[in-house]
Amino acid sequence: MYDFEIEKPGSIADAVKALGGDEAQALGGGQTLIPTLKQRLASPSTLVSLSGLAEMVGICKDDDGRLCIGGATTHAAVAADGSYAGLSGLASHIGDPAVRNRGTIGGSLANNDPSACYPAAALGSGATIVTNTREIAADDYFKGMFETALKEGEIITEVKFPIPEKSNYQKFVQPASRFALVGVFVAKYEGGVRVAVTGASEEGVHRWTAAEEALNANFSTEAIAALDAPSGDGMINDLHGSGDYRAHLVKVMTGRAVAAAA
Amino acid sequence: MPKDGGIGASSKRREDLRFLTGKGKYTDDINLQGQAYAYFIRSDVAHGTINSIDTSAAEKMPGVEQIFTAKDFEGVGGVPCGWQVTDRHGEVMQEPKHPVLAEGKVRHVGDPIAVVVADSLAEARDAAEAVEIDITELEPVLNMKDALKDGATKVHDDLTSNLCYDWGFVEENREAVDEAIKGAHHVTTLELKNNRLVANPMEPRVAVAEFDSSTEEYTLYTTSQNPHVIRLLMGAFVLGIPEHRLRVVAPDVGGGFGAKIYHYAEEAFCTFAAKQVGRPVKWTSSRSEAFMSDAHGRDHVTKIELAMDKDGHFLALRTDTHANMGAYLSTFAPSIPTWLHGTLMAGNYKTPLIYVNVKAVFTNTVPVDAYRGAGRPEATFQLERVVDKAAREMGIDPIEIRRRNFITEFPYATPVAVEYDTGDYHATMDKLLEMSDHAGFDKRAEESKKNGKLRGFGIAHYIEACGIAPSNLVGQLGARAGLYESATVRVNATGSISVMTGSHSHGQGHETSFAQVVADMIGIDEQQIDIVHGDTSKTPMGMGTYGSRSIAVGGSAMVRATEKIIAKAKKIAAHLMEASEGDIELKDGAFTVAGTDKSVAWGDVTLAAYVPHNYPLEEIEPGLEETAFYDPANFTYPSGAYGCEVEVDPETGKVTVLGFSAADDFGNIINPMIVEGQVHGGLAQGIGQALVENCAYDENGQLLSGSYMDYTMPRADDLPMFNVDHSSITPCTHNPLGVKGCGEAGAIGSPPALVSAVVDALQRAGHDVTHIDMPLTPDRVWAAMNS
Ligand SMILES: Cc1cc2nc3c(=O)[nH]c(=O)nc-3n(C[C@H](O)[C@H](O)[C@H](O)COP(=O)(O)OP(=O)(O)OC[C@H]3O[C@@H](n4cnc5c(N)ncnc54)[C@H](O)[C@@H]3O)c2cc1C
Repeated sequence: MYDFEIEKPGSIADAVKALGGDEAQALGGGQTLIPTLKQRLASPSTLVSLSGLAEMVGICKDDDGRLCIGGATTHAAVAADGSYAGLSGLASHIGDPAVRNRGTIGGSLANNDPSACYPAAALGSGATIVTNTREIAADDYFKGMFETALKEGEIITEVKFPIPEKSNYQKFVQPASRFALVGVFVAKYEGGVRVAVTGASEEGVHRWTAAEEALNANFSTEAIAALDAPSGDGMINDLHGSGDYRAHLVKVMTGRAVAAAA
Repeated sequence: MPKDGGIGASSKRREDLRFLTGKGKYTDDINLQGQAYAYFIRSDVAHGTINSIDTSAAEKMPGVEQIFTAKDFEGVGGVPCGWQVTDRHGEVMQEPKHPVLAEGKVRHVGDPIAVVVADSLAEARDAAEAVEIDITELEPVLNMKDALKDGATKVHDDLTSNLCYDWGFVEENREAVDEAIKGAHHVTTLELKNNRLVANPMEPRVAVAEFDSSTEEYTLYTTSQNPHVIRLLMGAFVLGIPEHRLRVVAPDVGGGFGAKIYHYAEEAFCTFAAKQVGRPVKWTSSRSEAFMSDAHGRDHVTKIELAMDKDGHFLALRTDTHANMGAYLSTFAPSIPTWLHGTLMAGNYKTPLIYVNVKAVFTNTVPVDAYRGAGRPEATFQLERVVDKAAREMGIDPIEIRRRNFITEFPYATPVAVEYDTGDYHATMDKLLEMSDHAGFDKRAEESKKNGKLRGFGIAHYIEACGIAPSNLVGQLGARAGLYESATVRVNATGSISVMTGSHSHGQGHETSFAQVVADMIGIDEQQIDIVHGDTSKTPMGMGTYGSRSIAVGGSAMVRATEKIIAKAKKIAAHLMEASEGDIELKDGAFTVAGTDKSVAWGDVTLAAYVPHNYPLEEIEPGLEETAFYDPANFTYPSGAYGCEVEVDPETGKVTVLGFSAADDFGNIINPMIVEGQVHGGLAQGIGQALVENCAYDENGQLLSGSYMDYTMPRADDLPMFNVDHSSITPCTHNPLGVKGCGEAGAIGSPPALVSAVVDALQRAGHDVTHIDMPLTPDRVWAAMNS
């Protein structure tokens, strides 16, 4: 780790100001950033801690019935909430208790690890990512592995999730890290079904539109069984599984998510 | 009734009080006044020529004491290898120099190039980034078979090729085995890999060294399984320090699993540098460094052939292995695929003809050496897997084919040069079938089927050789050290006892079980006995702990020393009771005169030894302290039957281990609870190897599994509740305790049982799968089912 300063701003406005400084970086739960610093893979001069910002912590519902989660809310808090079953279920299987008690939804979405869980929920729910300057629809937010629409110094202050009729997240773990080797989030809304896939693609989290169409016609495991698995081309091929294996798992996990959706 | 003390009692591990309450004193807990910190700059390429190292800018950085490169080690020896193997043509192996810091070339990712010693670790790291190293990358040598082709790039320019040795065993049998295989009714062939593993002890390696210029004495604190061996190798071969000027201390050590047996460059570096910079030098490995600098385990590529008659009797066995040595020879590396592997190829079976060929190969990877089981898991894996495949090909039940070939008469001389003293393989097999409810398997398989899962059962019967010895034999086989063990039993005036042992405990519970042995012999409370280990200034010469040798060899030395104590104490007691020595009996901590009611307590005798007022001074010396060295007559041969029950999810290929039963014959048992714990740990490691662990390199020689993000350790939820039994006992015939050793068995017997269980599950479901290489991760199982 290199030396750095730590700032603990009292408001989002102060945090934004602090982040305007030279080589300042936001610190959420530190579950990704601190290991990176320890390996000297990043060298911010200032870390601006967001986890103490009362404005950014907590869960409530807005007038449209959307679940609004502060950007610095921990995975454990989301897991315990329960008003959006698929989302709470997903959060309860991120990492271990220590990770869940520290890691935040904002940090996870800002990082957009191709194997992370939250991106699948955000995309699969058609969530809205709220920042200090704007609102970004999930469909416009994820730009590929570790890439997002966020600008330098922009903070995720809140994430708004429309609550579906039925939802479920199925995570097939990469055996070492226990991140998602393949994770599929299925959410059934009045307006249609959304299926988001994480872990599998070299493009990061994405929607499996063929499955969405099939499920819109018939929300059942049979509808998935009748589909071809997506192509293995462009899927991640590594020590833990080939592209074809991941593609196959996308189909299997989608079927299981539909079966388990509640 | 379970005993409440002494041999056979499940005494609670006394060391756990400090381990579990954070009071253990590990090497990293040792901080010496004024110490400096060493940071190793390691190669990030697998193979390359070092053109230049420029330390000038770095030397000016804050806090820097000195920066070392190979230049500073001119005149210092290389890290030595402790075993010289002679090949099948009578030539000794090729042995490259293993410099402390890379000389001219780097040979694996992690090879140390330079070291910054500074006031703090952060300053050392900062300066390390300012060291400019120019390296021209060379083609990495990775695949063992390609490495042996003519014209292949060489790992060591001064060797004739990448072949360390081509070993044949028993060479005289080579042709007879070929003939027998040619003429056999059926030959089963299996090609397999034994996956490379990283030991991953919980505590990474640490070295802290100091030099006292007034006495010219060095002290090295290090994470070692055998401090005396480090003193010998480093003192005599690397740095030229005589033993009486070099103290090596291995305090509490947080697991070793083999990786802490060896003498490492970092230890020699810190000891050397402490004198150079005139202050203590400390190095603590990071976990990332551990992945690329701790010796790895296994990494064999094997073809095995088993010839049978029409009834499935084994006629001949031929096996051909390429064993990866990595870039340099680690301390015991050459002995692992040879003497600890070839000698075990008979297994539990009466195969009359066996030929083992092993080609040890240098590659641009981390050195490979012993890892829990060391050679014996590799032997057991290939043998038990080929037996399983043979059974299926012959249409004979895998249990029956084993029984048909079991050795039943002892002693039994195998065709691979060892003599098993005792064993009862049918007994352990019977026990296993009972424990694992083998009879109920079909019903359970039906249940699984209803849930869309494939259930399978796999079996393995292993033999291992522990307590490797005797010294004169291993010397003939190329060992450059003896393999005895020693103990000093020091009885204090009040009767309490300190036992100084050359064995080292790094999780095995010696402080408890060793005390039980001495307590039992004398008949006093275990708490009166303290076990002292891990410090060359306190304990007699010892060879340390590995190869499941501690109770068999170290325990036997302790017994011998205690016998001497008792003999002398009896003389003193005879004097005190005015009786003849031959009539003295020792029971429950009191000396009595046979046929009388005369009695004198243990404490009275020990007091008399140190306050010799009423004492036969003209016949015996005062004091009560004895030392014994024990050099065993033979190996010990634990054996056992292991059964694994799995369920495979056919949609994903995921394997769930539902049950694991182990019926072992460890000979006599000192502490059943500790033995059970050792088996649990061994099973976790064996299942880890078979199911999840995999050390992988990419085509450039970069470690793909260089952290826990990609190297899978088995977690508790990967493992079933273990079903462990060690009631089948055939005591070892040649050591005084009748013990065989239990530390490695679990890791030896479990991998083939698991793989056979998965193959069984797939075959029952109609898949034409005869083998899957470890680890059996979901993607591999799925690929096997869908190829
Ligand atoms: C052992 C372990 C297991 C894990 N397992 C999983 C798993 O199974 N699934 C999974 O999805 N994840 C897993 N994670 C990752 C975990 O969920 C992290 O918490 C998460 O990815 C990052 O969140 P954080 O709050 O810790 O962010 P930090 O590490 O603090 O920051 C990460 C990045 O986001 C930026 N950032 C942080 N907060 C904000 C914000 N509000 N707005 C803008 N930028 C911000 C930071 O500047 C940094 O670049 C695991 C982590 C560990 C250590």
